[in-house]
Amino acid sequence: MQKYVCNVCGYEYDPAVGDPDNGIAPGTSFEDLPADWVCPMCGVGKEDFSPAE
Amino acid sequence: MAKRITDNITWVGKTDWELKMFHGNELSTRRGSSYNAYLLRGASKTVLIDTVWGPYDREFVARLKQEIDLTQIDAVIMQHNESDHSGALVELMRAIPGTPIYCTAKGEAIIRGHYHQDWNFVKVKTGDKLDLGGGESLTFIEAPMLHWPDTMFSYYDGCGGILFSNDGFGQHYASESLFNDEVPEAEMMAEAEKYYANILAPFCPMVTRKVKEILAMNLPLALICPSHGVIWRKDPGKIIEKYILWADAYAENQVTIVYDTMWNSTRRMAEAIARGITSAAPGTAVKLFNAAKEDKNDILTEIFHSRAVIAGSPTINNGYSYAMAGLMEMVKGMKLKKKVGAAFGSFGWSGEAVKQLSALLAEAGITVVDEGIRTPWVPDETALAACEEYGREFARKIQ
Repeated sequence: MQKYVCNVCGYEYDPAVGDPDNGIAPGTSFEDLPADWVCPMCGVGKEDFSPAE
Repeated sequence: MAKRITDNITWVGKTDWELKMFHGNELSTRRGSSYNAYLLRGASKTVLIDTVWGPYDREFVARLKQEIDLTQIDAVIMQHNESDHSGALVELMRAIPGTPIYCTAKGEAIIRGHYHQDWNFVKVKTGDKLDLGGGESLTFIEAPMLHWPDTMFSYYDGCGGILFSNDGFGQHYASESLFNDEVPEAEMMAEAEKYYANILAPFCPMVTRKVKEILAMNLPLALICPSHGVIWRKDPGKIIEKYILWADAYAENQVTIVYDTMWNSTRRMAEAIARGITSAAPGTAVKLFNAAKEDKNDILTEIFHSRAVIAGSPTINNGYSYAMAGLMEMVKGMKLKKKVGAAFGSFGWSGEAVKQLSALLAEAGITVVDEGIRTPWVPDETALAACEEYGREFARKIQ
């Protein structure tokens, strides 16, 4: 699955890992993250993420 | 006064013994601090790495002029653009307006957002090099969120290898000496941990990633030059090892009991709980802090250091105390991992505080092990014995 990188802080969302600290199970694609999910590092929303190269 | 670090590197920063609060009033800096700026003279290029806080801008530029003709500076390297490092830029660039400013893309946006000037920005990314002549160069390493989006480190391959790490590995620690081997180690390390706990703790995953990335480069490293405090000359690897430890759900065998109290009932509960923990787990360090009296940032450092935190407050106006509210907001911001906790407090008639504090602990990512303990009015011997038993039970639960 496609990884995404936060444009603000560089945090990488890896679907294989998910974001368990914030209730996102491993295997959750970036598209399936809830609309109110925010970057666990700097707090910006999904709109500030870009597909990883 | 400029201070020589190596034959071609000079410290040109400002030591601020008077600084007692930082980030407004968010962070206490009881041992002062320094804003480190470095002048690096390569064979063909001279660069200035970072500046100082705004109130010292004229002093900084005047002293820099004593050290070098400013027009000889080929580039200004801005590793992080919070006011304590970029505050002298306006005064400096007035003298050398066309000199290129090397920074990350985020750095340019932040400098523009602060000073609203159209300077000669050169955007750099990880791996970009600035050739200093003589076969030496400065390599840039982006380090986002250590601790701002714009942060970068710079690695100089001369002098046995020097990492300019900006706020990373920093300490709010004023010293007339430049190096870690010239100051009392224990007090300086206490400031290094306080700095990490209060500034970098929320970004532990980025710390781990960046430190591993740098270690994997296998670079020779003679010095680490941070932007606050002393330079790591003796065993520079030691602070890197500490960062690896601190970034990985750090916890010593310590329980921190932090509370507020109005008429000493909650304090007496805290002391009884502490007795219980100590009797059931004698090797555990137990520390008590009154949140309204003790420095908030020192408490946060103790919590960072602990594996468990017990939060107490009397119930007042159907809620919890002002001091505990502020402290818990700061604890939440630290994004602590794998810590456990519970709440306690005295009350008169309604008694909501314990449940509310438990919820705040959970919101801060701390695993709440039980419902906590409440005592009406002033605890008598029976109530204090119950608190002691609660402490023993808590110690058993967190084994």
